[in-house]
Amino acid sequence: MDTAESSSTSKKIQVQRFKPDDNPDKHYLNEETGLWAWLTTVDHKKIGVMFLSAVTFFFFIGGIMALLVRTELWTPAKTFIEANTYNQLFTLHGAIMVFLFLVPAVPAALGNFILPLQLGAKDVAFPKLNLLSFYLYLTGAFVAIFAILNGGIDTGWTFYTPYSSTTGGAVTTMVFGVFIIGFSSILTGVNFITTIHKLRAPGLTWDKLSLFSWSLYATSIIQILATPVLAITLALIGMERILGIGIFDPAMGGDPVLFQHFFWFYSHPAVYIMIVPGFGVVSEVISTFSRKHIFGYWAIALSSLAIAFISFLVWGHHMFVSGQASLASMVFSFLTFLVGIPTGIKMFNWTATLYKGSIDIKSPLLYIFGFFFLFLVGGLTGIVLASIALDVHLHDTYYVVAHFHFVMVGGMVMALLAGVHYWWPKITGRMYNEVMAKIACGIIFVGFNVTFLPQFVMGSQGMPRRYFNYIEQFQPFHQVSTIGSYILGLGFLMVFYYLVKSLFTGKKATANPWGSRALEWQINTRPPLHNFHHIPVIINGPYDYHKPMEEFQLGLAESTGDGHGQQSDIKVTSDGKEINAE
Amino acid sequence: MNAIRDFLLPPAKSTLAEQHDTLFWFVHGSSLILTIGLIAVLIYFIYKYRRKSEDEVTPLITHNSALEVTWSVIPLILVLIVFGWGYQVFMNQQIVPDDAYEVKVTAQKWIWQFQYENGAQSTGKLHVPADRPVKLIMSSKDVIHSFFVPDYRLKQDVVPGRYTEMWFNAPEPGESIIFCTEYCGDGHSDMLGEVIVHEQDEFENWLAENAGGGSQPEDLAPEEWGEQLAQEWACTTCHSTDGSQMTGPTWQGKFGSEQTFEDGSTVTVDENYLRESILEPNAKIVEGYPAVMNTYQGQLNDDQINAIIEYIKTLK
Repeated sequence: MDTAESSSTSKKIQVQRFKPDDNPDKHYLNEETGLWAWLTTVDHKKIGVMFLSAVTFFFFIGGIMALLVRTELWTPAKTFIEANTYNQLFTLHGAIMVFLFLVPAVPAALGNFILPLQLGAKDVAFPKLNLLSFYLYLTGAFVAIFAILNGGIDTGWTFYTPYSSTTGGAVTTMVFGVFIIGFSSILTGVNFITTIHKLRAPGLTWDKLSLFSWSLYATSIIQILATPVLAITLALIGMERILGIGIFDPAMGGDPVLFQHFFWFYSHPAVYIMIVPGFGVVSEVISTFSRKHIFGYWAIALSSLAIAFISFLVWGHHMFVSGQASLASMVFSFLTFLVGIPTGIKMFNWTATLYKGSIDIKSPLLYIFGFFFLFLVGGLTGIVLASIALDVHLHDTYYVVAHFHFVMVGGMVMALLAGVHYWWPKITGRMYNEVMAKIACGIIFVGFNVTFLPQFVMGSQGMPRRYFNYIEQFQPFHQVSTIGSYILGLGFLMVFYYLVKSLFTGKKATANPWGSRALEWQINTRPPLHNFHHIPVIINGPYDYHKPMEEFQLGLAESTGDGHGQQSDIKVTSDGKEINAE
Repeated sequence: MNAIRDFLLPPAKSTLAEQHDTLFWFVHGSSLILTIGLIAVLIYFIYKYRRKSEDEVTPLITHNSALEVTWSVIPLILVLIVFGWGYQVFMNQQIVPDDAYEVKVTAQKWIWQFQYENGAQSTGKLHVPADRPVKLIMSSKDVIHSFFVPDYRLKQDVVPGRYTEMWFNAPEPGESIIFCTEYCGDGHSDMLGEVIVHEQDEFENWLAENAGGGSQPEDLAPEEWGEQLAQEWACTTCHSTDGSQMTGPTWQGKFGSEQTFEDGSTVTVDENYLRESILEPNAKIVEGYPAVMNTYQGQLNDDQINAIIEYIKTLK
């Protein structure tokens, strides 16, 4: 930022305070009503709510498939379905969970709702593009469902060639569906980056940006740069299957390992598309419920960017036994270890934030504690897998399955649930049953560990993944794991139950039930259609818990504008006191 | 300690397995200490700093450079150790000793085939000498497979259109299971095999007996040999012999029956049809079954095909 420029353009403005309404008559849900208003809305909050409903739906579809897979594994041979059905089920479980749930869950659902509120903006930078990205997602999902009903796919979510280019079924259609969903992801990324750059409210400098926004910023960079590679790769598979152009299939002169390079060039960074927004939620929730300034703000913010950057350089760690050069394996292993460092820094910073805090274990924080343990285990087993010699043994075994479920479910889903519980009052205007929320969190935590801890043991004992039949020595572990998955499923059902129930019978929420200092809590609950009645002026940071609550009521600038210009360089005056917003 | 070792890892039956296991315990041990440490601190903070009243004010602690450098540098050093160590063991797994005994491995849906220097062949069972480095030169006929022996802590993808290598040295005679660990279709989880480690002279005997490969053992009738071949060549992974539904049509009652194909034509199953089905499986596709079978042209000789046909005839 050009400081000389900014000081010459800075101006003094008078600031008034106003208090948000707890239950305003008019809010984003009733200012426009009717189905058509929802379907054509450009309001980021409604789009966020629609995304949240859609990803929840696909989470349950994917979850049911997981339960069917686990049930089939109750016995070493066939339990109740054929091998081919089983193969289709685990493929769809993976593909649905990754492309239709994990990737859009935090950014497109919670991010859409919360990001503009945290920036003091009326909407995202390109509201219509935002709606388009929702419809692309739906279109892709329908194409994928069509593929499932019309032939099915049994390639695994990784679509490895030449299996995927030679097997029967609707691989081409499925791949086309994922291709479309990819564009939804790219558009969301473009929208968020522009919004963060251009629509911050006056006074909201980069060092006052919430860590959730920072994490979405890092995520968006990956979405924009990595997703096109997936799109191209999937297009190449389509060309190979339809036109018979030999790119990956050696029978036609192609190179099957090339596919793995292309695929993981997207899909490894994609892992961070899934988890980095979760990190943002963790920072918000920990700071709010310990009423403490986040420890190491810049370390957390920049480590997200560092993870985003390094994540592009580690794809080869999925290929240590693929036959790639030993030198390549060495370099990829080294870089993979480097990702561990910024991730570790985050964990330490979050722990340090609790030091001398005022910790109130409400359900969002309880989910974060669940995240903390599960993600720690997921991360450390990632270190095990990054070590080449250990990966040679553990690659494609249940150890890997357990590892990524600890990161993706234990980390990302727990963070998502924490976020949903944290922002639920703001989104719906209702409070859920706190006791049930805590019990459900406990059930999920226990169920998760019962499901996936035995898989680490099976994996290091040598049990390969994607096995329909297995040798008898693994049966006890599989059975414990299956029982755990039922407990886990019960926990998720319970969450669904009390959250939906709260919509009808929940207590009305106040504007700021958690006493948070973050900007989205300083407006009405539920928020007005255009978020802010006046352009807010940002004087304090979102984690300034050492300052009294009164200072956080929104500043209102006297000068008017459309709220869409970058005005973050101006100096503001608060209650007659001059404060430098920089 | 031994109980934990046996609980978590399969027996170590190659010279490299021990090196892998030492690193395995080092990383898991230090991870466990870190986990317990961090969770203990977390629990302590949660208890010590629990909210006691609603108007508590917390101090402003933005960062602490010394602390942050410490908790960045110490993990960095640790992961660099794990990296270097892991790479060193990996290089030991990669560099094949000069005197290694070579076996050629061919993978296809869903069998492992092994070819030895004197023309001997085996399917499903890899015979190797004890206490001598063995090098596998591997290739696939169809999709990617992966050769995994948990007891040796070794795994290598087997890719169509190129050769990949791995080597091991099993000091003691014994058996170890082989898994396919790259998903390859309906029979993926049945694509198992076994490494059989013989004493050196026992191995020489086995090799001599099977030189040339593919001739009928003297003590077996043709249909008995056919049954054995059907097992070894994993025909029975897809074709049941008791009428149950699998990837391919069952063999029970097949001979002499009327077979209907995808294009609606029919044929009465005889020797010629069975022979064609083995050598050119995609010439006629049986109605209701996927065209996934590979040709056995050049793999099964005429005597073997005859024996398998004799065996199918017995399955009434």
